Amino acid sequence: MSGPNLIQRYTSAERANHWLVATCFILAALSGLAMFHPSFFVFAQLFGGGPWTRILHPFIGVAMFLFFIISASWFWSQNRITDADRRWMQRIRDFMFNRERDMPETGKYNAAQKYLFWVMVTTLILLFITGIAMWRPYFAELFPVWLTRIAVVIHALSAFVLIMGIIAHVYAAIWVKGSIRAMTRGTVSEAWAKHHHRGWYREVTGK
Amino acid sequence: MASLQSLDIKARSGQTTPAPGVRDTVQVAKLIDESKCIGCKACQVACMNWNDLRDAVGENVGVYDNPQDLSPSTWTLMRFFEVESPNNPKNLEWLIRKDGCMHCEDPGCLKACPSPGAIVKYSNGIVDFVSENCIGCGYCVTGCPFDVPRISKKDNKAYKCTLCSDRVSVGLEPACVKTCPTGAISFGTKDDMVTYGEKRAGELKDRGFKQAGLYNPQGVGGTHVMYVLKHADRPELENLPKEPSVSPMVSLWKGIAKPIASAFIGLAVFGGFIHYVTVGPKEVDEEKEKEEA
Repeated sequence: MSGPNLIQRYTSAERANHWLVATCFILAALSGLAMFHPSFFVFAQLFGGGPWTRILHPFIGVAMFLFFIISASWFWSQNRITDADRRWMQRIRDFMFNRERDMPETGKYNAAQKYLFWVMVTTLILLFITGIAMWRPYFAELFPVWLTRIAVVIHALSAFVLIMGIIAHVYAAIWVKGSIRAMTRGTVSEAWAKHHHRGWYREVTGK
Repeated sequence: MASLQSLDIKARSGQTTPAPGVRDTVQVAKLIDESKCIGCKACQVACMNWNDLRDAVGENVGVYDNPQDLSPSTWTLMRFFEVESPNNPKNLEWLIRKDGCMHCEDPGCLKACPSPGAIVKYSNGIVDFVSENCIGCGYCVTGCPFDVPRISKKDNKAYKCTLCSDRVSVGLEPACVKTCPTGAISFGTKDDMVTYGEKRAGELKDRGFKQAGLYNPQGVGGTHVMYVLKHADRPELENLPKEPSVSPMVSLWKGIAKPIASAFIGLAVFGGFIHYVTVGPKEVDEEKEKEEA
């Protein structure tokens, strides 16, 4: 049989959960943007109008947070930042211009992916906490208005950072050919693993 | 409530471009002279009557305030304050303030509201909630420096005093003004009310209230509901903010952050596309990687 040898990168449970989080993210981002800037209010139509957008957004957000916790617990230990990662980050420019040949070896995740992971962890925790303080009609009234005012700013800022991070995440998947199948089929080619994540490649193949 | 009125709209929530504004219309204002107020609550009754609102019958908790707070069905409320007289600490003073929407020239509620057309400011200065456009997010509550909007548990819409925009649009004064038996509430052009308020403050000064003055806070661009206060240097005696302004948090959030964040999101997507077409994708040469193995 021709074709590349394949290596398992994500289990079916990891993939299913990833796409649950991803779907929630898209819905939460669209409904949240609708309430952030009037030029995005058109997205409210996707959710059945303004009031439905306001009703659904927090529930979608909580679902995203809960599914994300599951993913994060699976990937937590693989995302610890090491000295090698700091050296790798110093050469991020080479990586961006496809000159990664002699960069420090990476494990399952490179430093950029790891930092993005921690950005997601941080912003989702902030979004969850501040979201509770804004959630009408259930919780907002339990908080003094000055606290809600701080919460709305942190919520919007965290959402902005998360959206920027996800744009980078999606772009990286398109940019690095052979990555998307890791999350759709669960496998990557040996060559892909060896080139992009040599440490992980050696670990799983023993080569 | 409804926008079916012969009033020009000067500002509209969820709209970033100017509303039609060629025509200059008269600015109106309501002036509440607390020194003439006897606390009879006729204004509360008139408000309920004209707007056809009936709040739940509350409980007596030992103070005159009834109901206890503004609510979706109580758009104006007499608040009673027993304070040590700033003029003579041995004396008690009974201050009465008719609470309700201040109709800010620079309304924080409108600034915070994300739903197009749920909050409008008419060119005469009245700030009105168009409740059928309200989505119930409560952002107006965070925007208001006077703690006025109330979200109904029944329909999750925000409510507050309309300054009887429906009456004003046909040349009538607000219901509370019409009913006030002592003339403590007046209504007219903003200029006339400022002049009259300052005159009244001057009369109070002559009668010993040295700190009497007009409450028309400039932090929100002035208001279309103003008070003549006996102790204008200490509005906090009556639970009024001394220097109200839209919270800097809300100004940041619904001001500069909106266009900048949106621009960066757009640029990030476009930047990715440009990176792809200039630098190109990362592709792995299967044969080459095999040879190296």
